[in-house]
Amino acid sequence: MEKIEITTTINGNQVTKSVEPRLLLTDFIRHDLRLTGTHVGCEHGVCGACTILLNGAPVRACLMLAVQANGQSIETVESLGTPDNMHPLQTAFHEAHALQCGYCTPGILMTLKPWVEENPNPTESEIREALSGNLCRCTGYQHIVDAVKSLSS
Amino acid sequence: MKPAPFAYESPATLDEVLNLIAEHGDEAKLLAGGQSLIPVMNFRLAQPSMLIDLNGTNGLDHLELTADGSLEIGCMVRQSTLEKSDLIKKHAPLIHMTMPWVAHSQIRNRGTIGGSIVHADPAGELPVLMVALQATFELQKVGHTRQVVAEDFYIDLFETALTDNEILTKIIIPPQSDRTGYAFHEVARRHGDYAMAGVAAVVSVDQSGICTDARLVYLNVGPKPMLAKSAANMLIGQMITMELIEQTAEFAAENEIEPTSDIHASADYRRHLAKVLGKRALTEAVENI
Repeated sequence: MEKIEITTTINGNQVTKSVEPRLLLTDFIRHDLRLTGTHVGCEHGVCGACTILLNGAPVRACLMLAVQANGQSIETVESLGTPDNMHPLQTAFHEAHALQCGYCTPGILMTLKPWVEENPNPTESEIREALSGNLCRCTGYQHIVDAVKSLSS
Repeated sequence: MKPAPFAYESPATLDEVLNLIAEHGDEAKLLAGGQSLIPVMNFRLAQPSMLIDLNGTNGLDHLELTADGSLEIGCMVRQSTLEKSDLIKKHAPLIHMTMPWVAHSQIRNRGTIGGSIVHADPAGELPVLMVALQATFELQKVGHTRQVVAEDFYIDLFETALTDNEILTKIIIPPQSDRTGYAFHEVARRHGDYAMAGVAAVVSVDQSGICTDARLVYLNVGPKPMLAKSAANMLIGQMITMELIEQTAEFAAENEIEPTSDIHASADYRRHLAKVLGKRALTEAVENI
């Protein structure tokens, strides 16, 4: 199929690439842009590992086509912080042992980034509901909940 | 997992959309939020030769109150927009209270009302709400527009009145009477997953408390949204008591649903849930009047 040229803003940088229409946004981010922080789990919208921000709102990158990112703004986990200068969410996850293998973590962080800003004092059940769209097979979720709680003002 | 190759169109106007579906018929698929279509394409269960992306099409995402008190909702209004809209909260409280049950927030940020309605998944919440609120759907093709009420739109499992060269453009929710209460309940193993069973209840009463109208619609206990008409008729013209609610919920669960067994739940368990949830939803709807 003929490739389509798209221009999109990724983590503040504008990029222009030619993509096949069937290229998923996850594969565009990982293979074409080499941003491998966004993980690919189930590829059908269940696990949440590929969650990114589209114009500031969390969405599944595996359920979007790269061509649909044309003209849009995307943020991935690479936009959060660096090992020397972590985002408060990343620091909270580090301190609460909120990850083991880390596979689900980028998706969870991107789900939570806007959520903790909108919900500065969440209850435990609100935190669990906010996390319901992200699967974690290691932690049993308790330490993730603890990490989010530790951010409460 | 990669979708099979397809041609991609992103029409800017509804006219272009209509022309494209007239030309390509069932070989083309309309792409709304993509939260059901893209997964089946990733699995290659669907291999359309063309995708017509509605996300860049103008005029499909309006949400407004019309002069007669109806709500008009464009097919591309996102589920998260419905969830957060003050207009919906005030004029369609059933939709407002149910939206948190629709999948997960990340899905609702992309998923659309029109996509959910035409996908016609028997486990979907939005089709059930549309039948409960007696919504009307506007379906368009080149040179022709028709309206179908939600109850007649759903025919069978994933089967609707929509033909290959039509698109659902608009949803009209009629004004609801003042003394009306609403409730929605469902049971899923994990919040946001497909429910094993669920039900929406709408109950209206007159000044003296006599029931004037009632709608009880079930999800995932039959091939389509299951409207329990005879059960609801048991309430109309009566003062609603707990005993009557119990009889109504029991009648509906025994006679007006068709649950089947799968790996998630047995037919018996679904019937049991329908009975319990029906009672709970009717009780809450009456309390909310």
